[in-house]
This record gives sequence, C-alpha cells and structure tokens, in this order.
Amino acid sequence: MSDLLKLALHDLHVALGGRMVPFAGYDMPVQYPAGVLKEHLHTRTAAGLFDVSHMGQVILRPKGTLRDTALAFETLMPVDVLGLAVGRQRYGMFLGADGGILDDLMFANRGDHIFVVVNAACKTADIAHMTAQLSGACDVIPVTDRGLLALQGPLAEVALARLVPGVAAMRFMDVAYLTWQGAELWISRSGYTGEDGYEISVPAAHLQPFAEALLHQPEVMPIGLGARDSLRLEAGLCLYGHDIDTTTSPVEAGLTWAIQKARRAGGERSGGFPGADRVLYELAHGPDRLRVGLRPEGRAPMREGTPLFAGAEPVGSITSGGFGPSVGAPIAMGYVAARHAATGTPLLAELRGKMLPVVTAPMPFHPTTYKR
Amino acid sequence: MKYTKDHEWLRVDGDLVVVGITEHAATALGDVVFVELPEIETVVAEGDEVVVIESVKAASDILAPTAGEIVEVNELLVDNPGLVNEDPLGAAWIFKMKLDDLGVLDDFMDEDEYNDLIG
Repeated sequence: MSDLLKLALHDLHVALGGRMVPFAGYDMPVQYPAGVLKEHLHTRTAAGLFDVSHMGQVILRPKGTLRDTALAFETLMPVDVLGLAVGRQRYGMFLGADGGILDDLMFANRGDHIFVVVNAACKTADIAHMTAQLSGACDVIPVTDRGLLALQGPLAEVALARLVPGVAAMRFMDVAYLTWQGAELWISRSGYTGEDGYEISVPAAHLQPFAEALLHQPEVMPIGLGARDSLRLEAGLCLYGHDIDTTTSPVEAGLTWAIQKARRAGGERSGGFPGADRVLYELAHGPDRLRVGLRPEGRAPMREGTPLFAGAEPVGSITSGGFGPSVGAPIAMGYVAARHAATGTPLLAELRGKMLPVVTAPMPFHPTTYKR
Repeated sequence: MKYTKDHEWLRVDGDLVVVGITEHAATALGDVVFVELPEIETVVAEGDEVVVIESVKAASDILAPTAGEIVEVNELLVDNPGLVNEDPLGAAWIFKMKLDDLGVLDDFMDEDEYNDLIG
C-alpha cells in the first residue's frame, strides 16, 4: 500500500471528506460525504469537479513538421490525425498488432504540437510505446508539472466562465489556452460523463487555488470515482481495462465512429495502423461479437463478469454494470455474439445461480448534452 | 440489541429475532439500490448467505447470524432499498428468524463491544 502514489490535491480531498481508495496506482477519492448517488445527480443537474490528475498528459513536439508528427501518430491508431484542425480534439485508441486496444485516449492539435491525454493505468506503457514508435518524427514529452481537473455538468460553463470568461465561446471538443491569475490553463470542452463540460490542465503551483476557486462557485461540488463510473456508464462510454482491452477490437467495441473515412478501405490513408487487416475486415464484414447496452428487467444490478445466455447458449458477458442513478434502474454493457446484438434482443443473465431476463438496449442510457 | 462481527444487529421480538445491518455498515455500503430477500420458511445454517444488498458501488452478502428459520422478510425494502440508509436500525429491518433457542444470542456482542470493534 505504501507505494500508492499521492495526487497533488491529496490533502484537499481528505479535507473535503473524501474516502480514499487505490485506483490505477493512486490513492483516489471514491466519494465525498454526499455519496455516489447525490454526486452523480449533482453532476447531471449542476456541476461536478473531478480530479483526474492521475491521467497521463503528453506532448508530441515535432522534430520536423506537425504534418510528419501527425502521420507518425497515425501509424499507431486507426484515426485521422492529419485531418484534425488546429484547436480541435479527437478521440483515438492505440492498437496492438492483432487489432486489440492497448489504450484509448484524447489528442488535440495545438498548432505547433499534439497534446495527448491517456489513461492512468496505461500511461507508462503508452509513453514507452510512443517513444519507441514516434521518436523519428517528434519528441515524446510527458507533462509532469501539471494537474488535470474536469468540470462537468449543465452549469459547468457558467461556473468556469466566472473565473475564465473565454470558455463560454468554446464548442464541444475545442481546445484553447486561457489564463487564470497569470497561470496558463490548457482547456478542452470535453469530458467523460455525457455532460457538457471541460477538462482543464493546470500548472502545479496553481492547481490547489484553482480547484478551491472552482469549489467556491455555488454550482460546484467535488465528485469521486464512484460517480465518475456511474456517469460514464450511463453515457455509454467505455472504461479501459473493463469494456475495452487488448482482447477487444475497436469494431467489436462499437467505436467505429472514431475510425474516420480517411483510414478506412478506399480512404486517402487507408490502413497503415497496427491490426489494420482485422479492423478493415471487421468493418467490411462485421465482427463476431459486439459491445451492447443491456437493461436488466428486474431491479438487481448486474456487474462485470456476469455471463449472458440466449436460452441455454452462452453468448457473452457483462463488462460494466451497476445502478444508473439518472436512469433510476440497473444498466450494463457487455459483449454478445453479433447475431444477438440487435437492440431489443431478450437475453438471460446468470446472477447468483438464477437466470434473470435482460434486454439489449441502445446507448447512451441517459441523453448526452454536449455543446456542439 | 446484539451485534455480529459482520455488522448485523439482532433484536428479540417475542419468540423471533429481527435482523438488520448497523448504521456503520449502511454508511460503508453507501447508497443502497437493491435488496434481494430470502424466501420465507427457508431453514438456514449460521453463515449462509441469505440476503444480497447492492449499493451504487458493490454487492454485499448478508449472512445468517445463526441457525434457524426465516419466517418474515421486510418487503418494503424491495421497492425502497434506500430505507437501509435512512433508517438501518428501525424501518429497514431485513428479516425475522425463528431460533431453536434464543439463548444463543448471549454469544453475540453487546453495544459497547460492537462500538469497540468499529472503534
């Protein structure tokens, strides 16, 4: 336990009454005194502040042109990097040679470089991977002197704009450099809750005062990992290591929206990424299994690992599940054989020795409110 | 009131024992969203998993504190599982058991001993 890493805001979380648990090698707040349910609903109706400083922030600084760095980055992902406009962010995923997902990430075109945010549990491997694969084109520079905060919810804009007026003009997936009390903030209008909101990279020296300034806004409440998980589950978003991992391809995971035309068959830069054979094959012919949303018919939450059946035939299992506070019912996602993946397919889930009815359902479970 | 090391409370009600979970347990579980009750007339042994309580975070098993027969369950918890957080020691009792010998209750902790346990 003693090798758990501490967040820069550790003492603030403790002072706020955060219940600290190990997550991705860090000692993190799973909830504050309000509890997961209230924190979740507050984020859906007002604004929630999340400390996501455990995530990896990385700069890809071109040795030559940004174009060459973008093209090099495209060799790791089935994603159009070159076509991303300055000041815009996009979702991507590193693939292994077999088309499995090594990590999912966000990257932004910041004019003279690419800024990448990766998952905490994968960041060491991701940085090694990028360093090994991209060093011909760019320097891979981990950003270690900044924290990362997410402010999410319908009142995130009004709360943040009081401190940083420029954020109001941003659209979903815009990125900008804006200033607060002399500190340069790296802000994106994005997040992982299904709500409108922002992710804000803050210099270490300003992290605590900035977090406290946000918490002083009447709309803002601190939110722990518990609600972060239920919010992203309701939004139908994948949690790496659960809903996607090295055994799942992006097509199986239903992430085809993140594979732009330029990288598909017939596109200008078709293929040329790890696992392209499998990914392009699955795009053309459909995968054997698919990630689906699941609605248990009863009240019992169905958690990760719950096996799924069509009649007596095993057809898959749940990868994330629990109670959706805004839905007011249990929700889950998982993988099922493609022939059972159509919305509305009745299946059975084996829970504590009983076979309980569950039906495949569209995601998100709760409507998203991104400011497009 | 008597207490188990698994954070259940036991209260004698006539010739029955009423079982629930303690405030400490309810707080640790967080917001309860589902309670799966046992069937009445189930004969259980000490340590049998008789109830599942799910919070927004995780599922927890409630064990039979001692051998006996489940004779009544609190159906209110099916539609209002949040009662476990609101009133764990009162309205959110979970089940009632018939024991062969109420004398076994002497083996459980009293309130002071339980408070020492959760310190």
